[in-house]
Amino acid sequence: MPSLKDLKNRIASVKATQKITKAMKMVAAAKLRRAQEAAEAARPYSQRMSAVLANIAQAVGGDDSVPRLMTGTGKDDVHLLVVCTAERGLCGGFNSQIARFARDHARRLLAQGKTVKIYCVGKKGYDSLRREFASLIVGRTDLRDVKRVAFENADQIARTIMSMFDKGEFDVCTLFYSEFKSVISQVPTALQLIPAAADVSVANTATAAGATAVYEYEPDAGAILDDLIPRNISVQVFRALLENVAGEMGAKMSAMDSATRNAGEMINKLTLNYNRQRQAQITKELIEIISGAEAL
Amino acid sequence: MADNFNFELVSPERLLLSEKVSEVVIPATEGEMTVMANHAPTMTTIKPGIVTVKAASGKVSRYVVFGGFADILPTGCTLLAESAVPMEELNRETLQKRIDAARGDIAAATNDDHKFHLERHLAELTHLNGIVVPA
Repeated sequence: MPSLKDLKNRIASVKATQKITKAMKMVAAAKLRRAQEAAEAARPYSQRMSAVLANIAQAVGGDDSVPRLMTGTGKDDVHLLVVCTAERGLCGGFNSQIARFARDHARRLLAQGKTVKIYCVGKKGYDSLRREFASLIVGRTDLRDVKRVAFENADQIARTIMSMFDKGEFDVCTLFYSEFKSVISQVPTALQLIPAAADVSVANTATAAGATAVYEYEPDAGAILDDLIPRNISVQVFRALLENVAGEMGAKMSAMDSATRNAGEMINKLTLNYNRQRQAQITKELIEIISGAEAL
Repeated sequence: MADNFNFELVSPERLLLSEKVSEVVIPATEGEMTVMANHAPTMTTIKPGIVTVKAASGKVSRYVVFGGFADILPTGCTLLAESAVPMEELNRETLQKRIDAARGDIAAATNDDHKFHLERHLAELTHLNGIVVPA
């Protein structure tokens, strides 16, 4: 049975923790709003990009000039998994969800006899994948010092991926990130980057909008496609990073919210316990006095 | 009086501009082009340069863009820039940083074709530096 003083100390320490988690929740909420705005601001660009890409792909379709980034190498022996996670913990199951999703995917590929390479973006994913796949990790990018994810960060990652592709280090590249559905729901998602999966639905909407006019290309369709596809990869990575930041903040907010609530419950319980013991002690002292007086 | 059309300037970070304009001058890779309403559908890549937008009200605004491409339709024009800033907000440091980065890329380039592309990019940037920021 803990003494009164112990209980008092515990209550004080839980209260201090609660203050911290509450502050963290508020910080996450503020950051979430900003991250959401950034993700929304980036949306028009990626939407237009996919529309234009679908358009050109239709125009070029089947031509030999289509760059290899789009058609792939024709094999699928070596897979590169780009796993994007957050840099910090304390955000519930956010990081482990992405890592688990990627791990399952990697296991499945390994079971099929494929070669798997892993590229980690963010520290947390690296930490948890390192345990099982240390030998498969080919590189990592740390975004620890980046306060606000800019396009340049994504561009750098995309360039690393593309230079690896140019050297023939892999055949298929898949991007893992967490799609931001809402503050309480983030869904781990896999997106195939190389070869670029033709987005048929986008092409169809473009057709519906009557955008399939006969274009003039300057310089020519092949050259534009050459320029466009690397850029599209950067944009996809950028979007994944933004969604991740928003998701991380959402997860952190709900994790810290429940932590604050748990701390509150714990304080109530401890306080009840404390009061009960205090009462018991008073009663005990009274009994001692009374029985002492009676003995006289 | 020329007709107006929709012009959108988008960078990966945000939508910079979306409004009715009467004409836009775009620094296309193969030379500057002026887009007006009812332009033939064209798709072109753009080089680092200045986009001049003449709004329907007659107000002229200028933006500096660094590469990207433009999607032109008779009814509108969308410019997807890799990076774009209003002319007033551009400063010498950011431009210089890009030039330095381009120089670094050239030094690192191994393949001649790639090097050629990068060198042209650098030339465009230096040119831009000369016209945008008066010494």
